[in-house]
Amino acid sequence: MKRFNKKYLVAFMFLLPSLIGLSIFVLYPILASLVMSFTNWDGLTPMKFNGIENYIQLWKDETFKISLINNFYYTGVSVPLTIIFSVLLAIMMNAKVKGIGVFRVLYFLPNVTAAIAVGVIWSSMFTKEGPINQVIALFIENPPHWLGSSLWAMPAIIIVSVWKGVGYFAIILLAGLQGIPHHLYEAATIDGANKWKQFIHVTVPVLSPVIFFCTIMAMISSFQVFDTIVAMTEGGPGRATNVLVYHIYNTAFLDFEFGYASAMSYILFIIILLVTIIQFRTQKRWVHY
Amino acid sequence: MKQSNVLDNKNIPQNGNNIKLRKSLFSLFTYFILLIVAVVMVMPFVWMLSGSLKDAATIFQDSMNLIPDNPRWDNYPKVWTSVPFAMFYWNTTKVAFLTTVGTVLTSALAAYAFAKLEFPGRDKIFFLYIATMMIPDQVTMIPQFVLMRDLGLINTHTALILVKLFHPFGVFLLRQFFLTIPNELSDSARIDGCSEFRIFWNIILPLSKAALGTLVIFSLLNSWNDFINPLIYLSDQSLFTLQVGIRYFQQLYGADYHLIMAATTLSLIPIIIVYLFAQKYFIEGISTTGLKG
Repeated sequence: MKRFNKKYLVAFMFLLPSLIGLSIFVLYPILASLVMSFTNWDGLTPMKFNGIENYIQLWKDETFKISLINNFYYTGVSVPLTIIFSVLLAIMMNAKVKGIGVFRVLYFLPNVTAAIAVGVIWSSMFTKEGPINQVIALFIENPPHWLGSSLWAMPAIIIVSVWKGVGYFAIILLAGLQGIPHHLYEAATIDGANKWKQFIHVTVPVLSPVIFFCTIMAMISSFQVFDTIVAMTEGGPGRATNVLVYHIYNTAFLDFEFGYASAMSYILFIIILLVTIIQFRTQKRWVHY
Repeated sequence: MKQSNVLDNKNIPQNGNNIKLRKSLFSLFTYFILLIVAVVMVMPFVWMLSGSLKDAATIFQDSMNLIPDNPRWDNYPKVWTSVPFAMFYWNTTKVAFLTTVGTVLTSALAAYAFAKLEFPGRDKIFFLYIATMMIPDQVTMIPQFVLMRDLGLINTHTALILVKLFHPFGVFLLRQFFLTIPNELSDSARIDGCSEFRIFWNIILPLSKAALGTLVIFSLLNSWNDFINPLIYLSDQSLFTLQVGIRYFQQLYGADYHLIMAATTLSLIPIIIVYLFAQKYFIEGISTTGLKG
């Protein structure tokens, strides 16, 4: 018995640094945030519970609703675009052409660079007289005033996020493509399937778990978009690009409404959880393992 | 026939010449598309470099002219001296280095316990780690701030390190890898009287270089590119990291895009150099962890 206890003790010693840190800096904040979401705490005065007041307030909060709608717009457009482009890109990269390594390095580059820095670069490219509009002006009369227009600011943000994310997912998908056994294609060819049919009936089904994984990852991160917004629009013009995390940040660290902001952060958590659950529920219809 | 040329869906009779022609046409087409995408991916960086060598008047005037006629190299010293850029480099490096070392050490130790040792409640505690991974950082952001304030760590780098250090991803990643190492190795070492720590340090870690490398890259990038935490915690300019430094510079020089581009170039140089040298590990790390996740 004594010998066993010593074994456990050794194991706990290995675990301890991580577990203590996780408890103090992650687990405790998760619970504290839940408790705070039922208070109107400003971070200084004594904490007062106000029940579900914050959550009721959120229903009536115009800016919060707008930030939610904006975020769903951003997610609904940027995630499908990112996934479609990365699947196409992965297929192209899977072609055994020379110099593919160089392309891979270049495609992945936007992903390693800081979102704040690339946001700054793109916001200078999206200026009214900037290079993007100079190109567009070759084709149409009045190019949009991207970041200055409440109609076009979000599409600009979406373009940047697709540009930044596509390489990352393409590389994950490429690894999945390379895992598809060749005999599947050979069998399909014998059955008389052309390239398009092979794509629909072999590539997509076999790749579907990876596409599924990428979609979830892209969705989760799309609900957490922040850096790009700060660098490019600061939520504007007006509230046109005010998204969830941007609104949470402002509520917590500019208005110091810690309780209210915590309630929002839990709504964010619930949205992410629901999106993940819905995806897992519906995956049976299109994901094949 | 191994190429996935989805865009080409015609069924042409399979005769030798035709196939050859189709194949070379196809690879030409592939190259063309790949090249266009590559240009789109790199263009913003080229534009940044080019803009950083122009002046306020010419930066938008001849956007198409990517190689400026009179490159204004003095934009760089101007940027370098107008904000403490050297400090930004040092601060970012220090925070990223310490965060990475700390993450790898604590994660590896915990992962070893989860993968190779037995203790009561092991699987339940590991489940807790996984469940924590599902929770977005924004949920912990506010209480972490209050906690750091109570610990007197506002406006310090320690706060930035502590909020990143205990992310459960590292434990998860390394545990999955350690599980693939056969137990026979550590068992025979144990019979020879090796302590658990020596087994961990001398046997398991050297066999896990690939996974450790992935975690190092992940952690370095994550800390280096972190923006929201430095934004929340730092108010002293001398403590700024590159990311808040860039943001600060953007606010300071709102319309001077040529200077902003020079500052952005300076901020991106280190990460791009590291990436170009270690790109193999970056890309392999992402594709393997991506699939396992």
